Amino acid sequence: MREPILSVSDLTTHFFTRAGVVKAVDGVSFDLAKGEIMGLVGESGSGKTVTGFSLLGLVDAPGRIVKGSVKLNGTELTTLSDPELRARRGHEISMIFQDPIATLNPMLTIGQQMRMAIDAHEWLSKRAADARAAELLTQVGIPSAAARLRGYPHEFSGGMRQRVAIAIALLHRPAVIVADEPTTALDVSIQAQILFQMRDLAAEMGTAMVWISHDLAVVSSLASKLAVMYAGRVVEQGPTATLLRDPRHPYTAGLISSLPAMSQPGMPLSQIPGTTPSLLSLPPGCPFAPRCDRATKACGTAPEMTMEDNRGWRCFHPVSAFKEATV
Amino acid sequence: MSVFLNIDNVSRLFGPNLSTGEKIAAKLGGNVETRAVRAVSEVSLTVRRGETLGLVGESGCGKSTLGRLIAGILPPTSGSILLDGTPVMVDGRKVTTRVQTVFQDPFASLDPRMKVGDTVSEGPIAHGLTTKSDAQGYVANWFERVGLDPVWVDRYPHQFSGGQRQRVAIARALAMQPDVLICDEPVASLDVSIQAQIINLFLELTCDLDLTCVFISHDLSLIRHVSDRVAVMYLGRIVELGPVDQVFAASAHPYTAALFGSVPKLVLDADELVHFDTIEGEVPSPLSPPPGCYYHPRCPCATDICATTQPETQTVSELRAVACHHFKAVLADKDPDLTSASTSVSAR
Repeated sequence: MREPILSVSDLTTHFFTRAGVVKAVDGVSFDLAKGEIMGLVGESGSGKTVTGFSLLGLVDAPGRIVKGSVKLNGTELTTLSDPELRARRGHEISMIFQDPIATLNPMLTIGQQMRMAIDAHEWLSKRAADARAAELLTQVGIPSAAARLRGYPHEFSGGMRQRVAIAIALLHRPAVIVADEPTTALDVSIQAQILFQMRDLAAEMGTAMVWISHDLAVVSSLASKLAVMYAGRVVEQGPTATLLRDPRHPYTAGLISSLPAMSQPGMPLSQIPGTTPSLLSLPPGCPFAPRCDRATKACGTAPEMTMEDNRGWRCFHPVSAFKEATV
Repeated sequence: MSVFLNIDNVSRLFGPNLSTGEKIAAKLGGNVETRAVRAVSEVSLTVRRGETLGLVGESGCGKSTLGRLIAGILPPTSGSILLDGTPVMVDGRKVTTRVQTVFQDPFASLDPRMKVGDTVSEGPIAHGLTTKSDAQGYVANWFERVGLDPVWVDRYPHQFSGGQRQRVAIARALAMQPDVLICDEPVASLDVSIQAQIINLFLELTCDLDLTCVFISHDLSLIRHVSDRVAVMYLGRIVELGPVDQVFAASAHPYTAALFGSVPKLVLDADELVHFDTIEGEVPSPLSPPPGCYYHPRCPCATDICATTQPETQTVSELRAVACHHFKAVLADKDPDLTSASTSVSAR
């Protein structure tokens, strides 16, 4: 296997609130090679966004990374000081957020904001910085980019704003980009354009990506491998196609079969009973056990990750590959 | 089957809210925006009793506005909406309780300071469907039907999860004993595993109570799952209408085809890189829609006539209609039989 560019092991982030300790991320491990795209899938509150924030050291109090390591190009990020981290954020690892309205400064032109992002890491003349900014805007599909640099965020549509945010993330050609649901707020036709471009850009620049999403269909067309999160833990991970065709964890299997595309129109959808547990009062053992029809007494202790070939799952009673998983 | 809900040539404009000063400035030739947005434009639709009609489109296409017009929340600027032969609104006031709505966001649509039991019983008491003394049993009955524990009637909305709140919202709508239910993106704000629960509840209740339904969503796979017929909207107009299986199998409008092509599908094939059929460009501003066919700047099939003449709604087959100059060519690629039967009908 290729040398991983990003290596995460046993990453654990807790929030120490007045109501108790929230175990938002609990022992997440994965490796990412150059140019590889990994989909991080889960429902709201499953810890996927906090995982993304933890990678960049963006977790604020009362949250803290309590253990584990994040190695980027061999450098341990979790023990770096703030200035050292700042030198890497946006330069070697950058992030794209869900809401481009909230991430762009409404008082500054796009050009000013892009120059600030360039100036943070290298010295370029204004003209050279503008040229670099315009080049990237063109790459992400913004027409007449040089003129648009003088525009303010409100003059851009939602899709165009997200393209600007992507261009800013790409300015320094970072080794890793963490994309937190960047297309969720957009229409399907714009989403398709952006997904297509991101896939090409990642391949072209050799940028590795962690693509956070709640939508299995989106990541299945984009990522070469997947990690499925539930209640702060990765419950299943592996190559995208293998995992979707032949899920082992009952939660993954339930998610896939609850999609309307998986049943006959008009017939009841297969559903996962119950609701996601509160992270404050997780059941002991496997957090999915109360909703799982395969749960037994053994599920009272938390299952370890079972590894087989290049995939893994946390379950004592994995779904059989031959009986139930044929979709 | 007979027509139950008849929407005839309905338009809705939203003009800017001008202050007196701005009005004077506009009269004197000042730079004031006075154009109105045509949110819904000359829409004609019929829905039969017991049918579920799906409304799809991207944000800003007017699908929610159309839902609100049918529900009697907004009065139409022109045109009429008749339910079983009688108008839904008279002089800007809703005059029927037979249409009820379930909204997208159960966090915003429930009064946070009202016990959910009171939220559900308020309408039925006001309209004489139950009395104050019988309300408790009446509400408990509806709670059970939507899968909530009747002992929760004294709770407040914040004590419920998103899926449970949406169940309360459904109970509130159904307690009015409507004939027509408008569902405006009822599961868009819910988690995937909860979505399936609510959709199943919806399918069960519409069947049991013989409800007629207008189901608004941007999620094509969901629309396909729940509806009998589908109407595709673009910039306030219905561009295609027909039975859901036929429209999905062979769409007659280039926009419908492109919309279906843009939806990410679950890919189970390992080595194949998925190809996206992306639509070029973005939705134009509804303040200044392009002349001719609204879709022509983005349409791969567009010719000169599309830039000048707005396409009339034409019947493709008995149940299908489309507003496109070139639908025969679009369909010919997919299903040659359908085009032979087509005739042009007059513009409405």
